[in-house]
Amino acid sequence: MTPQRPLLRRPGPVLALRYAAALALTLFFIFPVYWLFIISFKTPAEIFHFPPVWYPESIQFANYRVLFKDGDAETVWNSLVLAGVSTVIAMILGTMAAYSLVRFKTGGENLAVWIISQRMMPPIAIVFPIFLLYVYFGWVDSYHGLIILYTAFSLPYVTWMMRGYIEDIPIELEESALVDGCTRWQVLWRVVFPMARTGLFATAVFTFVFAWNDFLFALVLTRTEVITYTVQVTHYFGGQSNFWAKIAAMSVLGTVPVFFTVATLQRYLVRGISMGAVKG
Amino acid sequence: MADLKITGLHKRYGPVHAVRGVDLEIPAGEFTVLVGPSGCGKSTLLRTIAGLEEANAGTIEIGGKVVNYVRPRDRDIAMVFQNYALYPYMNVYENIAFGLRARKTAAAEIDQRVRRAADMLAISGLLDRLPRQLSGGQRQRVAIGRAIVRNARLFLFDEPLSNLDAQLRDEMRSEIKRLHQEIGTTMIYVTHDQIEAMTLADRIVLLKDGQIEQQGSPLDLFERPATRFVAGFLGSPKMNFVPATIVESAGAIGLQLNDGKGLALPASSRQRYAAAVGRPVVLGVRPEHMARAREGAEANGHARLATTVELIQPTGSRTYITFPLGGMAVMAEVEPHDVHKPGDPISIDLDLNRAVLIDPDTNRVI
Repeated sequence: MTPQRPLLRRPGPVLALRYAAALALTLFFIFPVYWLFIISFKTPAEIFHFPPVWYPESIQFANYRVLFKDGDAETVWNSLVLAGVSTVIAMILGTMAAYSLVRFKTGGENLAVWIISQRMMPPIAIVFPIFLLYVYFGWVDSYHGLIILYTAFSLPYVTWMMRGYIEDIPIELEESALVDGCTRWQVLWRVVFPMARTGLFATAVFTFVFAWNDFLFALVLTRTEVITYTVQVTHYFGGQSNFWAKIAAMSVLGTVPVFFTVATLQRYLVRGISMGAVKG
Repeated sequence: MADLKITGLHKRYGPVHAVRGVDLEIPAGEFTVLVGPSGCGKSTLLRTIAGLEEANAGTIEIGGKVVNYVRPRDRDIAMVFQNYALYPYMNVYENIAFGLRARKTAAAEIDQRVRRAADMLAISGLLDRLPRQLSGGQRQRVAIGRAIVRNARLFLFDEPLSNLDAQLRDEMRSEIKRLHQEIGTTMIYVTHDQIEAMTLADRIVLLKDGQIEQQGSPLDLFERPATRFVAGFLGSPKMNFVPATIVESAGAIGLQLNDGKGLALPASSRQRYAAAVGRPVVLGVRPEHMARAREGAEANGHARLATTVELIQPTGSRTYITFPLGGMAVMAEVEPHDVHKPGDPISIDLDLNRAVLIDPDTNRVI
């Protein structure tokens, strides 16, 4: 029997059709991103022109300049700080918790399931009690208020994911390190972290993206000081008109950090996710 | 002074009593092998010595100091694991240097010790490689290198050759023995392989069900087993066991087998078994203590049996044949050309001087 060639290497009309389908699908998904990106460089006249202007006559940075001049771009910085710091804290605490669950059997067999079940809770169910609590503590519209909340919400996910990755580390590696002269903390730092590096990055990216994309908590728990870019975008939707240029420019600013994070860590992301998938 | 002294050690995992009151003393420089079947507690005992498991009762002394509550890193031990336990993200040099770096040894000394260990193990050319670029034997050498570089008081080996193929296992066995002769450190080696135990050990500690069944030099255990378990565990192919009864006839003492055959016991052993006349026993005889009968009468203490070959297993240097005796199928080791095909008649001389008689009630050698 002759071995079949891989699908994309078979010659003839079938191959052409496949390429056409792949191209159509790519365009379908890429176009909204392109449209958003291109609007951010258009003049108001071009934005509202009909038929649509597919690409502007000249690239306008005015929309971005306005965001920076008015201080609106600082909301991206706020998102970056909140998502970045909460991700780092959640990763450290979650990995330690996962290590404890795996190696010391803390809480028995069911604690891990209980922990991940906390992640299933819809944020809307608790956002108003938390608001009242934050008003009481004076944490509304503060960095630490949102960082604590994002960390708390990410911890179950980080713990659950890292538990799977740590379980895959052969225990002999840790035992060997203990005999060779390491303390438990050194084992964590010198053996567990490097061994679980792929999983750490993959989990960190998802944790970061969760905090980055949050809208509900930021909307309810911020006022003027630590507004995130997701909340800021809503300010451009007015009762009388929408500021499409600002909406587009702010959305691009909000997309760029995530784009670069994912692009940089893509290698780990794919491996990390597939490792998790194999683990089930 | 004993390098390691264990007194009344117990280890339980929930309802499982893995180690049951082990007492053991290992003098400095000795190569001790803990051997026994799977689940006998040998690895648990080793891990408890290392501090990777906590003893439920009893004491462990290393160099005269009780270490029950001392962390593994402070017990002055080095350990080689079955799965090598090499860090995949470090090259060979860093793997060997790992323990020294953890103890903040000076860089120059680390370099000197790593290179000396690498020379000793013939892995100097591999120092830049990652573990995944090494063969199984090379990985095991690196794992051993990581242990010897530490200059620890006690070396622990947990079935280090189990993952290697037969040929490599033979090579590494010689390497480990040579290494012990060179560095002279006290070594405790766990294996389930009795050949490894026999070839490596100064002393074998044979464990069964969490207890020491017998300990002594390899030949001591092989030639003078205390129980049926020891007799059957050591030796390959294993010892044959045939039920019999001690009988006396015309002033001589012998064995009556279930198939009606009689075997006269050597004159030297008559006094030992005189009190047991009439009692059922189990005759234990090793395959190598049965040979094809040559011309002339059997030697003193030997019994001659006329039988039929049932099965032939040639190995090249020796041939193992199976034949019926006392209702059992027993195996004898003969010269390669002594037998030709199953069904052939053969005369076998059985060396009763080297056989053992076992009490079937206690399973102890009489």
